[in-house]
Amino acid sequence: MFLDTFFRIQKYYHHDGSRHSHSHSDSNGSGITTKKSGAREIKVVRRVLDINEKMADQNRTLFTAKGIFVLNVMSSPGSGKTTTLEKTLSQIASEINSAVIVGDICTTNDADRLAVSGVPVVQINTDEFGGDCHLAAHVIEKAVGGLDLDDIDLLIVENVGNLVCPAEFDIGEDARVVVLSVTEGEDKPAKYPLMFRECEVALLNKVDLLPYLDYDKQKAIDFIHQVHPGMPVFEISAKTEEGFKPWIDWLRGKVKDKAEGKEHSA
Amino acid sequence: MHEMGIALQIIEIATDSIPPDAGDVRVEKINLKIGKLAAVVPDSLRFCFDAAVKDSPLEGAKLFIQALPVVARCRDCDAQWTINGPAFTCENCNGGSLEILSGRELDIESIEIVQKDEHVS
Repeated sequence: MFLDTFFRIQKYYHHDGSRHSHSHSDSNGSGITTKKSGAREIKVVRRVLDINEKMADQNRTLFTAKGIFVLNVMSSPGSGKTTTLEKTLSQIASEINSAVIVGDICTTNDADRLAVSGVPVVQINTDEFGGDCHLAAHVIEKAVGGLDLDDIDLLIVENVGNLVCPAEFDIGEDARVVVLSVTEGEDKPAKYPLMFRECEVALLNKVDLLPYLDYDKQKAIDFIHQVHPGMPVFEISAKTEEGFKPWIDWLRGKVKDKAEGKEHSA
Repeated sequence: MHEMGIALQIIEIATDSIPPDAGDVRVEKINLKIGKLAAVVPDSLRFCFDAAVKDSPLEGAKLFIQALPVVARCRDCDAQWTINGPAFTCENCNGGSLEILSGRELDIESIEIVQKDEHVS
């Protein structure tokens, strides 16, 4: 099955920003304070992304009720997410009922590649020309409408290639994985600390290329552990499938735990 | 890169926060708290916000952004300190099990409104 789903968010571009200083005033406890200037300050105290977080919680509740383990896979563009998932699916699709949601700004190329594995794939395009840089919870909620959730134990979300924004958006996943490749800088974890803090495991991909590169693998792992002490790092090659066993075992264990959690709560 | 989406969310929350009985008011200022570990660039956010409020009821409103430091607590030795670089190990015991106490905020604290006919300096 292959579904072609498009979500677009209108974008605006315009002029400059400016800074303003803050003036102090006393609160009378009502939530509205009148300042010396005559302006009234109204207490709001809300998380800016609370709508996304609420939607993510709804997604999570749904996935838990269905016993589906949801994995959010993130990385910079070109680190090998899609190839890693192609090979992962080819190893597990026969034993674990899987589905994939794949996000890109445009094209359905990744979905076409992943659909070869035979699992249901939903492609999300955030825009045809320069759309959103991440997947948000409401987009996932719409995308799962195209899947039969009773038939799925593992849902993999391949996020838009980007090491910054996706880290900020909860989509209702159980775990986050970051893919880093040895053709990138060793210090990427230090440059994008939030992403490496937010993810549970790291896949260090393209290790088959190490003999041809001046890449200091230990330095990269040290940077990962500087930002996220104790983070499991699976060294893999999506091309040769070297190092896949610990990664697949980790995934298998997570899917099993989630399915058992459903039985316990039922 | 996603600052426009965040700006639109701020506009929505700010608009909803104007009391229904406030009369003919304009929003002068929106006070935000943004942690240094949040994936938000304040200047980009202001740029997007100014563009998005143009020709809207919030036109002219300014964002006041209070940046919050990244503060961690060690779960092993209970030490507490401010993290200034991408190193997340305990300064005291070198442990790696940290609780991030602040630094991930992306909160809208308050809005400031004035009557439209009033001139506020």
